[in-house]
Amino acid sequence: MTEHSVTFTLNGERREARVDPRIHLGDFLRHSLGLTGTHLGCEHGVCGACTVIVNGAPVRSCLMLAVQIDGTVVETVESLGKPGALSPLQQAFATNHGLQCGFCTSGMLMTLEAYLRTTPAPTEQDVRIAISGNICRCTGYEGIVQAALDTASAKASRT
Amino acid sequence: MKAPPFQYHRPQTREELGALLARLDNAKILAGGQSLMPMMNLRVIAPDHLIDINRVANLAGIREAVDGIEIGAMTRQADVLASDLVKSRLPLLTRALEHVGHIQTRARGTIGGSCCHLDPSAEQPAMCAALDAEFVVVGPGGRRVIPAGEWFEGLLQSALGEQEFLEVIRFKPWADGHGYGFAEYARRHGDFAIAGAAALLEAGRDGRITLAALLSFGVEAAPKRLSEAERTLIGQHVDSLNIKPVIAAASALDAMEDVHVTADYRRHLAGVLIRRALNEACTTMRRPS
Repeated sequence: MTEHSVTFTLNGERREARVDPRIHLGDFLRHSLGLTGTHLGCEHGVCGACTVIVNGAPVRSCLMLAVQIDGTVVETVESLGKPGALSPLQQAFATNHGLQCGFCTSGMLMTLEAYLRTTPAPTEQDVRIAISGNICRCTGYEGIVQAALDTASAKASRT
Repeated sequence: MKAPPFQYHRPQTREELGALLARLDNAKILAGGQSLMPMMNLRVIAPDHLIDINRVANLAGIREAVDGIEIGAMTRQADVLASDLVKSRLPLLTRALEHVGHIQTRARGTIGGSCCHLDPSAEQPAMCAALDAEFVVVGPGGRRVIPAGEWFEGLLQSALGEQEFLEVIRFKPWADGHGYGFAEYARRHGDFAIAGAAALLEAGRDGRITLAALLSFGVEAAPKRLSEAERTLIGQHVDSLNIKPVIAAASALDAMEDVHVTADYRRHLAGVLIRRALNEACTTMRRPS
């Protein structure tokens, strides 16, 4: 099938690529660009593990075609912290035991990263609804919810 | 779990879109992709051509028109949910959208896509049926307007022709202060509803019902207005409604049976949920003083 060229901004860097239209964004990030921080679980829009941020909004990268990111701004978990210099949200996940096996974590992080930008002071119930589209089978969600609330209140006290 | 191969098209205008639909066989329109992409990844469907309408100019947006509210087919569910205009004029739609999927799916999913896909448990087409919305579609013969009563042809089947696309959905808001109620049952927040219901009420200064809409969805293959039950409410006082005929009507629907629940249980839910929706409509109504 005909390949299409796409130009986009990925984690602050301008990128160009040629893509087969049937390749979804998640596979494109992992296989073509080697960014394996984005995880693919169900590949039909149920588990939320593959969540990335496109034009500021959290989206399921298994339900968006790579060809559709032409002209957009894409953020993946690699744009957050680095080992030894975690982002505040990542550090809060570590402190609160918000992860165990880690498979859902990048999707949880990107969902909450986008959510906390637009909702800086959520309630516990707000956070639970925000991550209702992300499945975690290890933690029971308590640590994840606490990490989000801690991140929000720490940011509020800094500003 | 990967989509089968297809040719990708990205029209920029309604004219280009119309020309592609007229020319291509076995083509599907890609709007938000939150139903189509899973179906392709699961290989339930394998279109030869995918026509991505995300870049077609002026297909998205919420406008106040002379005789109501118009919502463009490509308007994202997140934008409909966040709209103050929708919240003030079509509060039932806002109320229902809180139950549509999750923040990731609402960021991409569109009201038009949901209304064309027509999952029986989908909230948005159901609210269109409750609100007597009109679907404006464009095809080779020009524009035509399809009332909600004629839009639903069956399971996953709308009245949209193969060479047509949905352009805009028109809503006529109910009077200021009208009562609205919504209820659904799903296993988790945001999941597909096992069944749901909606109610709209208007009353005069004396508290007597002048206008009523009652709807069950996720019960039969398409959303179902309980028209006879609606008529029984007219003239009753809002504080002392006899809701027995309403519950009886919902409980007598030709309910679907599936892996989740039996038809009997779904009929039971239909009765419970229409009662909750109607009670909520009585509560949210602001009486003229």
